[in-house]
Amino acid sequence: MTAAKDPIIEVKDMVKKFGSFVANDRLSFHVEKGEIFGFLGANGAGKTTAIRILCGLSYPTSGEIMVAGFNVYHEREKIKRKIGYMSQKFSLYDDLSVSENIRLYAGIYGLGRKEIASREEQLLERLGLTQIRKRLIREIPLGWKQKLAFSVAIFHKPAIVFLDEPTGGVDPITRRQFWEMIHDATLEGITVFVTTHYMDEAEYCDRVSIMVEGRIEALDTPAGLKQSYKSKNMNEVFLKLARS
Amino acid sequence: MKKEFQHIFRDVRTLVILFGLPIVMIVLFGYVVTTEIKDVEVGIWDRSMDQASIQATQKIFSSGYFVPAGYLEREEEIGELFRSGRAKVVVVFEADFEKNLKRDNSASIRLITDASDANSAQMAQTYLQGVLMSYFQSLNQDIQLPWSVEVKSRMFYNEEMKGVYMFVPGLMAMILMLISALMTSVTITREKEFGTMELLLASPLKPREIILGKVTPYILLSFVNALTIILLGFLVFKVPVVGSIWLLMLACMLYITLALSLGVLISTSAKTQQVAMFISLLGLMLPTILLSGFIFPIDNMPKILQWITHIMPPRWFIVIVKNIMLKGTGFAYIWKESLILLGMTLFFILAAVKRFKIRLQ
Repeated sequence: MTAAKDPIIEVKDMVKKFGSFVANDRLSFHVEKGEIFGFLGANGAGKTTAIRILCGLSYPTSGEIMVAGFNVYHEREKIKRKIGYMSQKFSLYDDLSVSENIRLYAGIYGLGRKEIASREEQLLERLGLTQIRKRLIREIPLGWKQKLAFSVAIFHKPAIVFLDEPTGGVDPITRRQFWEMIHDATLEGITVFVTTHYMDEAEYCDRVSIMVEGRIEALDTPAGLKQSYKSKNMNEVFLKLARS
Repeated sequence: MKKEFQHIFRDVRTLVILFGLPIVMIVLFGYVVTTEIKDVEVGIWDRSMDQASIQATQKIFSSGYFVPAGYLEREEEIGELFRSGRAKVVVVFEADFEKNLKRDNSASIRLITDASDANSAQMAQTYLQGVLMSYFQSLNQDIQLPWSVEVKSRMFYNEEMKGVYMFVPGLMAMILMLISALMTSVTITREKEFGTMELLLASPLKPREIILGKVTPYILLSFVNALTIILLGFLVFKVPVVGSIWLLMLACMLYITLALSLGVLISTSAKTQQVAMFISLLGLMLPTILLSGFIFPIDNMPKILQWITHIMPPRWFIVIVKNIMLKGTGFAYIWKESLILLGMTLFFILAAVKRFKIRLQ
């Protein structure tokens, strides 16, 4: 592992046990500021567990973890101000309108009324949702919802955004657009920590870690991984790792 | 975080349930489930037809509770009358009624009731005894009557034995429990189900702020509901509030808080809305209806059940409300019950917080 230049997440020997089951087995990695860090693994490999710890949603059993310069044991409140989170499950309020959802989350993160209003306009414009701002979330298509959910997660300009399988059940075109949005976010200086099990998406990441049964088996740039595992694409890399 | 209001008001159906329910309930209970009696059909079999018995009969029908269902001449007619459903009670005066009365200072009247509807039979009998009793007493103070003194009891605080007096407090206990506990547990589990809870937890909001934000609207709603019930009870059924209205409000607040903390507790263990609803309905509603003394008197229950009623919050709440509303007693008479409720509330809150923490691990 190369030495970190400007790490925003540092994890050393993170262990999470549920009873006798070890969900995360001594994970160690770091995430550079401004990069897209892909966190790959099969279902049940321990991705969500790890992301929940980093977001301050659960405590690790042991290990040293710093997120955005804060300790996950004692400074969870400070971490929470610095991050955005989009969960596996779709997480906007179905029975609130597009614009109400935006304002609700902005309000939770303590943004001022004026700031919310101007950023909301920008956002709706960019997503092309201005026409349907008054529509309830349950009435708009899934692809739009996902994009909106992501925009909401980075609405307060967090230092890091955690995306837990953000593209589940979305069509390829929307997925592509979604990754363009992720890319745009990094241009604004937001670090992206994303889990996925679509291997083609891994190609978009700056660096990728692959988890198998609670351990990180590989961590490198997509190109580097393909080289060291002598594979044509990430899918092959993943299959080789998972079978070994 | 008062956005929860938006949720509630957005969902028109919920709103209808929230505010319509108490109104429908109170009207339903008020008119249908009355325990008072009115126009009970009474058959008369007068075997002596003398002055005393005829006067007694008149007294019965002028009381306003009873209407004549026919005058019988033979014993077999009693069964016939009951079977055809034309009478609920038959009053039988013995032969030589007046003569016996004068000679022995005692004469007997048989009251035969159709007890296939045990509750109303019991009620009708008690009323009849009361009517006859007062008549004979007015007739002659010396006359000893063959029935028990129990009849002399006056129905204090509810002289007319109005059922509404009983069920307004009970209904309050039930509806507040329903709205507070059920609705909070359901909305919180809904957040969990939709994954929005995760998002809230990942935000800078503290867990207690989240819960408080979710619960506050329901406190207000429940409070409005409590007022609605009291107001309806007063306007439609003339149920008075004898005691301090402020004390009553305070008691309601305490009970609402208790129900809410129960709701939060349920939501920490339930995974889906269905489960939450199921637990709330089965675990809270049924006991509230059955074991709080709301419909079925606690004194008539088997000992074990009586004991169980002690851990039913509504039981204590109903006692408090009855004391304040009907007897007009002050805090001195309800502090014990209030303390019990307060203790329960603290217990539930602590338990909920503890469970919440465990879930976060």
